[in-house]
Amino acid sequence: MIGPVPDAISRDDVIHVARLARLSLTDQEVDRFTRHLGDILTHASDVASLDLAGVTPTAHPLPLVNVLRPDVVVPSLDRQEVLAAAPAVEDERFMVPRILGEQA
Amino acid sequence: MNQALEIAKAVRAGERLASEVLEEHLDRIAAADGALHCFLEVSQDQARAQAARIDAAVVAGEDPGPLAGVPVALKDNFCTKGVPTTCASRILRGWVPPYDATVVGRLRAAGAVMVGKTNMDEFAMGSSTEHSAEGPTRNPYDTDRVPGGSSGGSAAAVAARLAPLALGSDTGGSIRQPAALCGVVGVKPTYGLVSRYGLVAFASSLDQIGPFATSVRDAAATLEVIAGADPADSTCLERQAPSLVAVVDQGVQGMRVGLAKELIDGASPEVRKAVEAAADALASAGAVVEEVSVEACRWGLSAYYLIAPAEASSNLARYDGVRYGLRMPAADVEAMNTATRSAGFGDEVKRRIMLGTFALSAGYYDAYYGQAQRVRTLVLEAFAAAYGSFDVLLGATAPATAFQLGAKMADPMQMYLSDVFTIPSNLAGHPAMSVPWGVGADGLPIGVQVLAPALGEEAMFRVAAAIEEASPPLAAPELVPSEVPHGR
Repeated sequence: MIGPVPDAISRDDVIHVARLARLSLTDQEVDRFTRHLGDILTHASDVASLDLAGVTPTAHPLPLVNVLRPDVVVPSLDRQEVLAAAPAVEDERFMVPRILGEQA
Repeated sequence: MNQALEIAKAVRAGERLASEVLEEHLDRIAAADGALHCFLEVSQDQARAQAARIDAAVVAGEDPGPLAGVPVALKDNFCTKGVPTTCASRILRGWVPPYDATVVGRLRAAGAVMVGKTNMDEFAMGSSTEHSAEGPTRNPYDTDRVPGGSSGGSAAAVAARLAPLALGSDTGGSIRQPAALCGVVGVKPTYGLVSRYGLVAFASSLDQIGPFATSVRDAAATLEVIAGADPADSTCLERQAPSLVAVVDQGVQGMRVGLAKELIDGASPEVRKAVEAAADALASAGAVVEEVSVEACRWGLSAYYLIAPAEASSNLARYDGVRYGLRMPAADVEAMNTATRSAGFGDEVKRRIMLGTFALSAGYYDAYYGQAQRVRTLVLEAFAAAYGSFDVLLGATAPATAFQLGAKMADPMQMYLSDVFTIPSNLAGHPAMSVPWGVGADGLPIGVQVLAPALGEEAMFRVAAAIEEASPPLAAPELVPSEVPHGR
């Protein structure tokens, strides 16, 4: 199925995808990204408007199959080394600010 | 000249010390890299220790390996234990990985000496190395020009002879395009030939690791070292590394070479002329050269700029300020994620994350991402048809020689067009490489691209070697000494 191709992306669309992607944008950035994304999507309209009914999509160049290894314990990364790279740590765990909606 | 293999030969024979070779290159980096900015990190302590191990092995009568004592530069998206790995992004500034990428271990086991980490477009998104949070790399042939990208630091380092070898990653041309613009050999192998374990992911169905070198033979030797099955990467093919150095001199007698119309149309007249001259040289060397059309390549660029951002938007979700990298303070976790990502990513990365999120979002998925995946099928079918009649295809690597710094920064679509000839091989998972063919009117290098079907590296390297043999001479760039010493 080929849906109708929007002419370009709207400001509201950009604000929406920025929120989904956990990015906050200034008004100027919204303007700039709306223009840039619109240019790219307009260029991509050559693909969006092709009649490709019946063509199987390709997600990956290889025919991917599950790859299994023997179920044996092997050394993993050193805990202290990994935690040393974290912005905040408590009791050998990653520490984060409170989760939204939780009581502080 | 095979710089890397000659160093290895001399070091293995005990005629040169790996430590001396290393110091010569560290001196060159110190002298030139202030002006070029190829390196984000020069790891001289680790390098000196590795060189000393190589020299001790030679004294002990052991063979340190096929790349003994050869300095190698790594793009900064390869994880290197104990050496910062930043992807030229603020969000990873100062991050020190707790493990090595598979290719890093393989290079070390082969006797190579890692000298440092090279500049790149942030998270490998770009075609000029200007999208680096640490500032651009400059083209050694003209420091007002870009080196290409995203592996621009690796390409420029090899061109400037700061290292005889480097590794990069190629998602849409990020090895081949800078190789062309800097006048060196750059190879994107078949998808799955080289383990991606420890390569920071950009677009996982497209990313592949490959070498930069000053000769086809050096590049072949490097690919032999890094290729081969790896249990740590489930997309890595279960096969041994191909024998490439052994075949590069076999010539092209009787080989069928297709001059791909869609991979030349739109190139500047001098680039087109270079590709045609390379085709003539192959014909003179005994190959059968004919024109061929691979029409679906016309849509490759559009498909790529939907697929790669879609995969990137998913891959880069991991940068959330929780386990590593930057964290911006905020009252709750979602605000922290948002503040961190907004401060940590540059404009191009944000653009691609949003483009990918949009292409995958409800209501647009089928029109954009779904269509792009169907075009990917068309590209594979078009190549399959062409390879029914030809062993390799020939085209341009980049549409023109290196452009001025800043020339395409305001218009992302113009920047993306730099990759128009390199993208189809990534969509197909096929190997392709760039080989220098002289210079344009501006004195800047031109690259010719050789493409082959999946696992067609042997044919590709044979043709590349024949092109190299016939190509006009390309002098190494004259380096301008830095005013500010760098890296030591």
